Amino acid sequence: MADPMKIRATLQGDVADVRVLMAHPMETGQRKQGDKLVPLHFIQTISAQLNGRTVFNADISQAISRNPVFAFKVKGAKAGDKISVTWTDNKGEKRSDETEVRAGS
Amino acid sequence: MRHALVLGVVAAMAAAPWPHALAQTEDPVSAEFDKFREVLEKDNPAELWEVKGEQLWRTPGGPKKASLEKCDLGLGPGVVKGAYAQMPRYFADVDRVMDAEARIVHCMITLQGFTYAELAKAPFSSATRTPDPVSIVTYVAAQSAGMKFAAPQGHPKEKATYAAGKEIFFYRAGTFDFSCASCHGVDDKRIRTQPLPNFTKPEQAIRAVLGWPGYRMTGGVMHSLQWRLTDCFRQQRFPKPDYTSETLSALMTYVTVNANGQVYKGPGIKR
Repeated sequence: MADPMKIRATLQGDVADVRVLMAHPMETGQRKQGDKLVPLHFIQTISAQLNGRTVFNADISQAISRNPVFAFKVKGAKAGDKISVTWTDNKGEKRSDETEVRAGS
Repeated sequence: MRHALVLGVVAAMAAAPWPHALAQTEDPVSAEFDKFREVLEKDNPAELWEVKGEQLWRTPGGPKKASLEKCDLGLGPGVVKGAYAQMPRYFADVDRVMDAEARIVHCMITLQGFTYAELAKAPFSSATRTPDPVSIVTYVAAQSAGMKFAAPQGHPKEKATYAAGKEIFFYRAGTFDFSCASCHGVDDKRIRTQPLPNFTKPEQAIRAVLGWPGYRMTGGVMHSLQWRLTDCFRQQRFPKPDYTSETLSALMTYVTVNANGQVYKGPGIKR
């Protein structure tokens, strides 16, 4: 199973600043180990939900780094709201994690 | 080199000016690297191993199906907060000084039933695999972020270990007739553009321990101080020290005690 993500969601006014760290090898398909190419293995889609309502879907490519950081802002969020993030990769692996929006300091 | 790039739906990073660069650096090249590190520290992938390490700490595992929550890191069984900043320290049950990773490995053996041989077989991270002790030490270290280093020197064995570490630090040998002190025992040494801190001085010794365990952007791997110091032996063309051996604990004791009183910032990020 894929390793957990680390999601931080902090409120700034009514905008939640969400930062997601994902654990993924993000193989480009061009790296070699010995003489053999390491096969493509990368996250293809990311989607984020606020209290179960999808706020965006994103398609990304193998050009993104290993263990990527994904940052976005969600309007109209309140402290205690649930932010969940899901990714799926080209091998069909999937990972979902959830966090609560925290009030900003 | 593949960096942990930030891809943002909204570029959040442009918002705030960076807090002032670390005070330790004087020359412009290091100041640039510090700026770079500061930007990346905000979203340090090391946190991924922190999360994983915490799971490994709490979840029953190993042949004995036990968690590590009874592991004594020096502040009592299961106490993690602040433990990393107060290690290496003397442990009566093994009658030696242990650093954090050595202690974790000891707990995995005694509590969870792993063998030293299997843990020491491939103890360091690669692009595709991070050994469990590395993840766990990252979690443990993160629980000391913001605390001052206070490696104890009360027990005679702790003093003896410090002395041994000092001797190892100054011991010249190998095909290069090198010692750790050849590079890290004088001020203002440099390798290419990288300034080399003088670990015999307290205000610079912190550089030996700060930022470890660290996420290396080159290759995207998580490494611990055990790995770093083992690599120092390779760089000096010395025989490889055993994983979690007293040699490594002694060297860690020497640099950590020298850095005592200074603040540990938690797992770091490395080029």
